[in-house]
Amino acid sequence: MTQRLVVVGNGMAGARFVEDLLARGGGKRYRITIFGDEPYGNYNRILLSSVLAGSHDAEDIFINPLAWYDANGVKLHAGVRVAAIDTERKVVRGANGIDERYEKLVLATGSGPFVPPISGLRNEAGAFKEGAFVFRTLEDCNAIGQASERSRKAVVIGGGLLGLEAARGLLERGLEVHVVHLMDHLMELQLDAKGGAILQRTLEGMGLHIHLNKSTREVLGSPRVTGLRFEDGSALDCDLLVIAAGIRPNVALAREAGLLVERGIVIGDDLATPGDPDIYALGECAQHRGRTYGLVAPLWEQAQVLADRLSGRDPHAHYAGSKVSTKLKVMGVELAVMGTRERSGADEEIAYEDASRGIYKKLILRERRLVGSILLGDASAAPNLFQAFDREAEIAGDPAALLFPAAAEVKPRSVLDAPDSLQICNCNGVSKSAIIQAARRGCRSLKAVCDATRAGTGCGTCRRDVQTLLEGTLGQGGTAEDPSIHYYVPGVPLAKPDLIRTVKELGLHSVSSVFNALAEGKEDPASKPGLASLLKTVWGKDYEDERDARFINDRVHANIQRDGTFSVIPRIYGGVTTPAELRRIADVAERHQAKMVKITGGQRIDLLGIAKEKLPEVWRDLGMPSGHAYTKAFRTCKTCVGTDFCRYGVGDSTSLGIAIERRFQGIESPHKMKLATAGCPRNCSEATTKDLGAVAIEGGHWEVYVGGAAGSRVRKGDVLCVVESHEEVLRFMGRFMQYYREHAKYLERTYDFVERVGIDKLKAVLVKDEEGIVARLEAEIQAAVDAYQDPWEEALYPVHPQQFARALEPSREKEPAAELAEALP
Amino acid sequence: MNGSPMPLQRRIHNLGPVTRIPLGEGKVYEVAGRALAVFRTRQGMLHATQAACPHRGGPLADGVLGSGLVVCPLHGFKFDISTGSPVGNDCRALRTYRVELTSGGDMLLFLDEP
Repeated sequence: MTQRLVVVGNGMAGARFVEDLLARGGGKRYRITIFGDEPYGNYNRILLSSVLAGSHDAEDIFINPLAWYDANGVKLHAGVRVAAIDTERKVVRGANGIDERYEKLVLATGSGPFVPPISGLRNEAGAFKEGAFVFRTLEDCNAIGQASERSRKAVVIGGGLLGLEAARGLLERGLEVHVVHLMDHLMELQLDAKGGAILQRTLEGMGLHIHLNKSTREVLGSPRVTGLRFEDGSALDCDLLVIAAGIRPNVALAREAGLLVERGIVIGDDLATPGDPDIYALGECAQHRGRTYGLVAPLWEQAQVLADRLSGRDPHAHYAGSKVSTKLKVMGVELAVMGTRERSGADEEIAYEDASRGIYKKLILRERRLVGSILLGDASAAPNLFQAFDREAEIAGDPAALLFPAAAEVKPRSVLDAPDSLQICNCNGVSKSAIIQAARRGCRSLKAVCDATRAGTGCGTCRRDVQTLLEGTLGQGGTAEDPSIHYYVPGVPLAKPDLIRTVKELGLHSVSSVFNALAEGKEDPASKPGLASLLKTVWGKDYEDERDARFINDRVHANIQRDGTFSVIPRIYGGVTTPAELRRIADVAERHQAKMVKITGGQRIDLLGIAKEKLPEVWRDLGMPSGHAYTKAFRTCKTCVGTDFCRYGVGDSTSLGIAIERRFQGIESPHKMKLATAGCPRNCSEATTKDLGAVAIEGGHWEVYVGGAAGSRVRKGDVLCVVESHEEVLRFMGRFMQYYREHAKYLERTYDFVERVGIDKLKAVLVKDEEGIVARLEAEIQAAVDAYQDPWEEALYPVHPQQFARALEPSREKEPAAELAEALP
Repeated sequence: MNGSPMPLQRRIHNLGPVTRIPLGEGKVYEVAGRALAVFRTRQGMLHATQAACPHRGGPLADGVLGSGLVVCPLHGFKFDISTGSPVGNDCRALRTYRVELTSGGDMLLFLDEP
């Protein structure tokens, strides 16, 4: 039985909520009707100033065109203001006389411009004088744009974000622009006095004229605006006036309907109005726990919560308020702000200022936790600070370091400033312009852009840049979050913990059974290997192995090369071999005509150019176990010569490395794990930049590192613990591996996982056992170790007669390549 | 000569029992001098395409299958195995071939030659 859902407001909140509701299958539950005041689909209000500046066309900022509503079965009354709501009869009446009945009503009426009382602003008819405007809608924007062509000198009343953005637009149109502000510094809602002063200096350098502490008494001229007079008696002539003095929630409709209204429409944590549980409000018109929000991020959060509730996905979802942090550009100047602006009580404040370059940074700490920050002119530290602010984690070490991210982490310039031809994805050769075009064509989430362009589908390092470009093109409000980024694999709509629980509850032992039970039978090929890995971890030897779910490498236990042949890397424990073993490897390489014999970075020997059908024979002749150099599993443990030979060694890293490798060989995990042990802090085996590493330090101790990286990015691992013996190293590594196996997303390397979870949490869980799960983790990893079987035994016992069937003949591979060359222009 | 159909030569090849292809996988066959990938989906459908990926010649028969797509093992390019169309990339489409299952469980491949 479908219900009628009416949404009043087709702006950023209303339309976003409807999108979120549809994404959760809400289209089946509700017949949705939207009333929109403006005569078009919804657009990104944040980008209005770019339209005013001429850098975007009006059509660039549309999020959903009118056709979208039709295509999604949503009825839109575009350009119809709502006249009244009858809460008794549950009817919304449009100004054109249309009645819409509802079972659920969502108010997303947004806010309107605040116009301070100024005499002479209006003509006798009560309308603004010619040349005077507010700045709120696309229509305002077009009107100001047209007027600017006949104008020379503009005044903007309001030195907040909106006013400065309007000023930017007018400045770029070549007008002389003055900003008149009531307060004693600019952007007082976001900045402290010092920040405001530095911003002012930067903006004045761009040609903006700024007047502070000015209260406008009177608009001069008739019928056209010719100037302003201020309370202090001074005057300023102008032929264009824009009032951008703030916004006020649009609450008249709700008030007349008898709903509880204070500054905004009062709502509870369920986003419903207290007097009428079938009426909800969200966005700028809503007041939650005494607060109204004027930024886009809280609105997104509210839309998601309400969509969760009304779609039935999570009927008990609740909204607990937003921690406000935002990153934006004010006239091209980077600004990131979060939390409080001023210290109070015993707060600690750290500030840095470089006025000549327009840079100001400030941190406010309360009991070593970040409670507020301002970054002006250089927001490169924002990602780290947002994280620290959101998590409310205690700041370890020198907090000042947070203001200056290590040089390697910062790109010298934003990718937004780079030329359009710049190659962003170095794996697939995707240019900046290709990404921007994809975004303009309608790819609004990171995943959609990556799917359409292949950017970020290789090593993934460029995904942050792609996200930046996406946000830069569509504006903060124009992007959409693809819910699948929270899923373990894209084809099954569950996050990892939920997926594991469901798999266990339903007893799903095979990949195909998961698709049948949880994805309506749709087997997404990209999701199969991830599910195979997860089920193996969940069920161990009870996993029902379907070989087609595996990537080719895992079907034949070798790594496919560009010519379709395979590489064979036998296990050499700790990189320690013998003359006899080397002779045997040499013989095999000769007998099977390996195209190359290569010493790998992991202290092993790689035989390259082996045909698929030859693999079993090569393994049998080698007589060595698989090195797993082809799969998402424990790979290898590099060692140095430790105390046996090295004159500096303080710990026996060689036998520790061998013990690690013997214990954990072949343990499957969400991504590969490369390990090393070092016999002293000189770190010759590079243990500190491995997924897991152990470094001997003086006094008979071992530091256990987790989350190191020296791949597409470089990261020093975090010390999980310092222990006394080889056995303890093995124990803590085992705990970490099992926790990683259970909690990481598929293809999430340890270094991303450790950063996501945080080393403090890992220490709490794995060392202090605060969740009481350590005994279970140890039992699970032991079971995985016990279940280990050398996959190369399939040389003798293939799972299917065709397991090692010949692939393409090398001579055949040239044929399509030649055709391809001809087909190219 | 307009309108008269090109004379076609249809050759039907028996590729042998369907069980030679593991469920949900593909296998390379060489027929009349050309290499084909024959896919057997978990839903029991058979499809045949050219064996080499048009991108860099990767062995499509070794790709992962699902939802009517094959994912090339070399660089992850996707193709629809019933139509040959590229999915999410602008590679040339794959040539496809008709393949059918006999009541005795053999696979018949239809090759039409001009």
